[in-house]
Amino acid sequence: MSDVVMTVNGRKVAASVEDRTLLVHFLRENLNLTGTHVGCDTSQCGACVVHVDGKAVKSCTMLAAQASGSTIVTIEGLAEGAELHPVQAAFREHHGLQCGFCTPGMIMAATDMIRRHPEGLDEKTVRHELEGNICRCTGYHNIVKAILAASKAMAAGGEAKAA
Amino acid sequence: MYAVNYHRASSVADAAKRGGGDAKYLSGGMTLLPAMKTRLAAPSDLVDLSRLEELRGVRISGRTVTIGAATTHYEVSTDAGLKSAFPLLCRFASLIGDPAVRYKGTIGGSIANNDPAADYPAALVALGATVVTDKREIAAEDFFTGLFETALDDGEIVTAVRFDIPEKAGWEKFRNPASRYAIVGVFVAKKGDGVRVAVTGAGDDGVFRSKEIEAALAKGLDQKALDGISVPSDGLMGDIHASPEYRANLIAVMAKRAVAQAAG
Ligand SMILES: Cc1cc2nc3c(=O)[nH]c(=O)nc-3n(C[C@H](O)[C@H](O)[C@H](O)COP(=O)(O)OP(=O)(O)OC[C@H]3O[C@@H](n4cnc5c(N)ncnc54)[C@H](O)[C@@H]3O)c2cc1C
Ligand code: FES
Ligand code: FES
Repeated sequence: MSDVVMTVNGRKVAASVEDRTLLVHFLRENLNLTGTHVGCDTSQCGACVVHVDGKAVKSCTMLAAQASGSTIVTIEGLAEGAELHPVQAAFREHHGLQCGFCTPGMIMAATDMIRRHPEGLDEKTVRHELEGNICRCTGYHNIVKAILAASKAMAAGGEAKAA
Repeated sequence: MYAVNYHRASSVADAAKRGGGDAKYLSGGMTLLPAMKTRLAAPSDLVDLSRLEELRGVRISGRTVTIGAATTHYEVSTDAGLKSAFPLLCRFASLIGDPAVRYKGTIGGSIANNDPAADYPAALVALGATVVTDKREIAAEDFFTGLFETALDDGEIVTAVRFDIPEKAGWEKFRNPASRYAIVGVFVAKKGDGVRVAVTGAGDDGVFRSKEIEAALAKGLDQKALDGISVPSDGLMGDIHASPEYRANLIAVMAKRAVAQAAG
């Protein structure tokens, strides 16, 4: 067993877990943060993406023990109370989801992508950067539109560095 | 995943004490953890190297680049020193996997694993790099010994990779659209002692140097020297994605593009 301590969505959490516990299972089963999804066995789909120390990583391919000492943000930690994060708002506005299964991972990957490209994004870059996130429904078109719109809105609002 | 004991190493020396036998080193985990989840790997212990500062970072002194084993693909792709001294390697690293994989996956893990379709083995062989371990230094060409096989002894730790920046270099990768691994990738590098051409994704025994293409480029990096070149298909992989003959042809095509890039 490992004693893990981490900050999740601003809250300090501590637990004793089996060493083989994946971060995604820790989030879902110990913390009941079920917004983070598991969509594959092969580390390819990105439904499980969360931010660990400010970087968007696949929580299905990291042990909770590896994340001990880190700061985690999940999809549940993105909105400011009732006010959606600009990327969430853009996904709603541009119909960037259908079944919604991939959406938490898409949004966590998108906020990281926007932060890494303060110079702005174009369609080609967004599509290249979405290689680790698979969507079975939308055909990506509206996801790309939403990310481009969010990137513009955040640059205008000086929020590109947020989240 | 089977039960396992996790240890966070406090130093390379501490890691070496815990490594070997049924224990495995954990770096980015982007290969080892998926293998453990599907029970293709079942180490008794994991010794985490990823937080060891002594294994991290890119150092450039004169023309010599040293990259710590636990340096991530993301760090290589964004390193300011490399961006000005050898930008090709930044682009190279930015084409490995996807953004989330690049944040975690490391150069040391990639070469220790020696996947026959991994990118770094081709770069290191073409660059004539040296692999530094906690015990010795090994020329890249002697390091990669076969499919998922390396010259590493039980418990030996890769600490860094070192190479001199080439005069010219190019990298082209024909990617499997689903996995993003190379179906064929060709790294071409020109140094004082000639041109070296290394191929990944195609060889039955993993990375190899293409003698035919190197011979054609012996006089310099000239794309025309590769017109009509034929690369033999013996010893090449065949699978549902591409036959050995298809891969042989792709090697010539990717080599031409890599040469064009290096010359341009
Ligand atoms: C979706 C996806 C796509 C990918 N696409 C590509 C791609 O296009 N090209 C590509 O090249 N790779 C690709 N990869 C693999 C990725 O580059 C991995 O980062 C890499 O293969 C392994 O590095 P790691 O740091 O994650 O190693 P780990 O998974 O932690 O370890 C891999 C192996 O190396 C050993 N090891 C690790 N560090 C050391 C060390 N310092 N000394 C000795 N042994 C060590 C471990 O014990 C283990 O056996 C992909 C991975 C995924 C999940
Ligand atoms: S569940 Fe993590 S990548 Fe698919
Ligand atoms: S909206 Fe259904 S998987 Fe993307």
